[in-house]
Amino acid sequence: MISAASSPESRDLLRFLTAGSVDDGKSTLIGRLLHDSGAVFEDELAAVHRTSKSRGSEFDPSLLTDGLKAEREQGITIDVAYRYFSTTRRKFIIADTPGHEQYTRNMVTGATTADLAVLLVDARKGILTQTRRHLYTAWMLGIRNIILALNKMDLVNFDPEVFHRVKNAFLEYAAPLHFEDLQFVPISALDGDNVAKPSERMPWYAGPSILNVLETVETRRSSALQNLRFPVQLVLRPNQDVRVYAGQIASGSISVGMEVVTLPSRQRTRIERVFLHTTELQEAFAPMSVAVSLRDHIDLGRGDLLCDAQAEPPEGRRFRAKLIWMSPAPMSLHEPYLMKHMTQMVCMRVTNLYHKLDINTLDELPATGLKANEIGEVSLETHKPVFCDPYHVNKVTGSFIVIHPIQNNTVAVGIIVDNEPLPDAKGTNLSLEEPIFPSVNHRGLAVWMTGLSGAGKTTICKAVYTELLSRGIRVEMLDGDAIRQHISRELGFSKADRVENIRRIAYVAQLLTRNRVVALVSAISPYRETRAEVRAEIGRFMEVYVNAPVEVCEQRDPKGLYKRARKGEIRGFTGLDDPYEPPSFPEVECRTAEESVKESIDKVVAAILAAIQ
Amino acid sequence: MNRRLSHLEALESESIHILREVRAEFSRPVILYSIGKDSSVMLRLAQKAFYPEKIPFPLLHIDTTFKFREMIEFRDRIAREYNVKLIVHTNQEAIAAGANPFTLGTSKCCALLKTKALLDALSEHQVDAAIGGARRDEEKSRAKERIFSFRDPFGQWDPKNQRPELWNLYNGRIEKGQSVRVFPLSNWTEVDVWEYIEREAIPVVPLYFAKPRKAIVRGKLVILPEHNMPQQPGDSEETVVCRMRSLGCSYCSGAIPSQADSVSAIVKELKAFRRSERENRLIDHDQEGSMEVKKREGYF
Ligand SMILES: Nc1nc2c(ncn2[C@@H]2O[C@H](COP(=O)(O)OP(=O)(O)O)[C@@H](O)[C@H]2O)c(=O)[nH]1
Repeated sequence: MISAASSPESRDLLRFLTAGSVDDGKSTLIGRLLHDSGAVFEDELAAVHRTSKSRGSEFDPSLLTDGLKAEREQGITIDVAYRYFSTTRRKFIIADTPGHEQYTRNMVTGATTADLAVLLVDARKGILTQTRRHLYTAWMLGIRNIILALNKMDLVNFDPEVFHRVKNAFLEYAAPLHFEDLQFVPISALDGDNVAKPSERMPWYAGPSILNVLETVETRRSSALQNLRFPVQLVLRPNQDVRVYAGQIASGSISVGMEVVTLPSRQRTRIERVFLHTTELQEAFAPMSVAVSLRDHIDLGRGDLLCDAQAEPPEGRRFRAKLIWMSPAPMSLHEPYLMKHMTQMVCMRVTNLYHKLDINTLDELPATGLKANEIGEVSLETHKPVFCDPYHVNKVTGSFIVIHPIQNNTVAVGIIVDNEPLPDAKGTNLSLEEPIFPSVNHRGLAVWMTGLSGAGKTTICKAVYTELLSRGIRVEMLDGDAIRQHISRELGFSKADRVENIRRIAYVAQLLTRNRVVALVSAISPYRETRAEVRAEIGRFMEVYVNAPVEVCEQRDPKGLYKRARKGEIRGFTGLDDPYEPPSFPEVECRTAEESVKESIDKVVAAILAAIQ
Repeated sequence: MNRRLSHLEALESESIHILREVRAEFSRPVILYSIGKDSSVMLRLAQKAFYPEKIPFPLLHIDTTFKFREMIEFRDRIAREYNVKLIVHTNQEAIAAGANPFTLGTSKCCALLKTKALLDALSEHQVDAAIGGARRDEEKSRAKERIFSFRDPFGQWDPKNQRPELWNLYNGRIEKGQSVRVFPLSNWTEVDVWEYIEREAIPVVPLYFAKPRKAIVRGKLVILPEHNMPQQPGDSEETVVCRMRSLGCSYCSGAIPSQADSVSAIVKELKAFRRSERENRLIDHDQEGSMEVKKREGYF
């Protein structure tokens, strides 16, 4: 079904945004488009005719879109209203962004999903500061196709002079921004001239109507032609032998047999299958939602990325970005925030604010903070590496939203300007090992996650780590596997060696705990007695039983260990030929076969927060 | 290769992305299953989104007990065929007290049998994300609805506290007790829904297809009588070739006279026929702006 060529429905989709100052005629134009393309139902139309009459006009198309004004009066936040119409050639989604207060926020929101912008200008007023603001905002968000609709031509006697004057002024202003396609259309939205039909009253204009441009314009949709970026959204595992990665292709195309690299683990493999439901595909491209499987057994999770083996995105923890601030509470420098970037959530903080932008003059102003509706250029730091491209190169990998870690609201919109921050003294002298977030006042705690291999300890541990970090808590991870690669390298899996390994982890955990750090330990730690000793020794201790039946763990087998143990390659494997003694009274129990990962994480985080107050 | 998606493919891809985000970011989602055409499309999308796993969310049907018989049969068959868990919830207390649309009036009846029942079911099952099939083109006032719509712990929509939605980056973070309604079909229109049903050969309730039916004609309304609907003076009993345009309770969703007896005929009819989808429903006309009021109270 998915191949566009084979579909009987060959209409495509164009998303565009309309922007204009109050009373330039935006509602009228949208109403006109809906009406003249036949998207308005007869009963709605009859109602509009009645209201128009009662207000003393023949037919007021703006009544077709009315609906935002009342809400604005009630103080309801409307950033965008979406309207739909279609012709035989295309389906259109209009993002109608109110031009009143909050204009930057509104227009940015509408622009993130638009391919094209229609800017309205009142012929009597010509280009205003707002027009420039709209043009710049569209440009900043990557829109390269613009229609300038010069409205109310009926009120200037359809004078071509007016049209040419505005056009030239606009061209001059837009020149440095390099738009791919700028179209100028003189219209009367009220009467419909050059909206859906050519105007008899403007014979001097030979160009297309607005609808004509919308139907035929080729917007820059190069995303399918770029390098592959496939963020893993979900891992689907219908049974132990199948591991499928589901996601929406962010850019480029993915095909069977193609060589890809996994990030951040940097393993190379080839694509085995690309499919959606029962349809097998040879190739899929952005923005298709598909599922893929890999030739090799590689353990990926949500937030990981598949990329062209030849063209990896740069990796980094520091960036230069533009932030459009949206929250009523101003931005705080150095405070932790969460960044949602594709399918992953990481902690970040703003380390430097270079300047803010006066969107009317495009001047860069010195700034000490950012308030709602302001745009600033900043340097950012994330707590773990992020793979991104500049926004002007890739809209998906180059964009992110900023979320308040406690209030959970979306506080800002971000676009990556560059993978390197500007050189500055403050941002660059931190070493990678240094904890990057300031800390709140709290006590230390050793959080001991015990359970079978594959029960979900590492997954929970990592997520809890991010969550705590985002709340400004000092936290460290002690992962059983990592410890074995470092301080316990010479130890094996005999009972004595296991006990010794745990003793070493406990010692490190205790040091951390004493220094008011939350130490997250994930280790199978199968013996009840050993854990009891550790508890007594550390004191500030919390046992988290990550509980999943051994059959489930074996089915998951994320590291392929159960398979190897079954083949006899590993002896004394906990759960198979070595015992696991479950805790009798754990502080928290996560039943990962029954509850969702999110439920488990929430439980653990809540218990930790309560214990470290 | 033609690297361009048709509008249906673009919509499908967006909706699948949304459904997968819900699975990744919420603990206890349900699909609000209304048995209608939009729900049927939603199920197919969910099937595609999670294949080769089965649909990971249970279906929640709020049964007012005044639904068409054919709808209930269809519901049970579909739940079996898709192999999904079906939760049916009814406000038993109100039914026992005799609630019905004929004597209570439609808006009171809706408040008890739909809105209250829904809120009760969501809290009983501790649902943190309720996936609904509502579309923005259904009604003018829905045009500015978010795809992720936040609800306070009482299930109320707080219009002043909605989050901006940028690109395809949805912010699904909530506190315990809060929840979201998610509308993956926000950008679909009625015609898109039918075109997709045609393309994918999705089963829908036969009530959507025109055939001669015994009906009560009351002024402009054509009502298919079930559940011992009492007649009013002036009602006439007629056989009308008609179909349902949207499905709900038998009394409150009027039929439309139509000859469209197949999906392709419906698509053709809709492209020519220019009357709004909810015109024939009793419920929206009770009160000016009534959808808006219902939404605030927790109904869609
Ligand atoms: N004469 C004339 N009036 C127009 C035209 N377009 C809009 N208007 C009027 O300008 C006013 C503002 O229009 P409206 O669409 O509400 O503006 P919005 O605030 O941009 O949505 C209304 O009184 C419209 O009737 C036009 O092409 N010609």
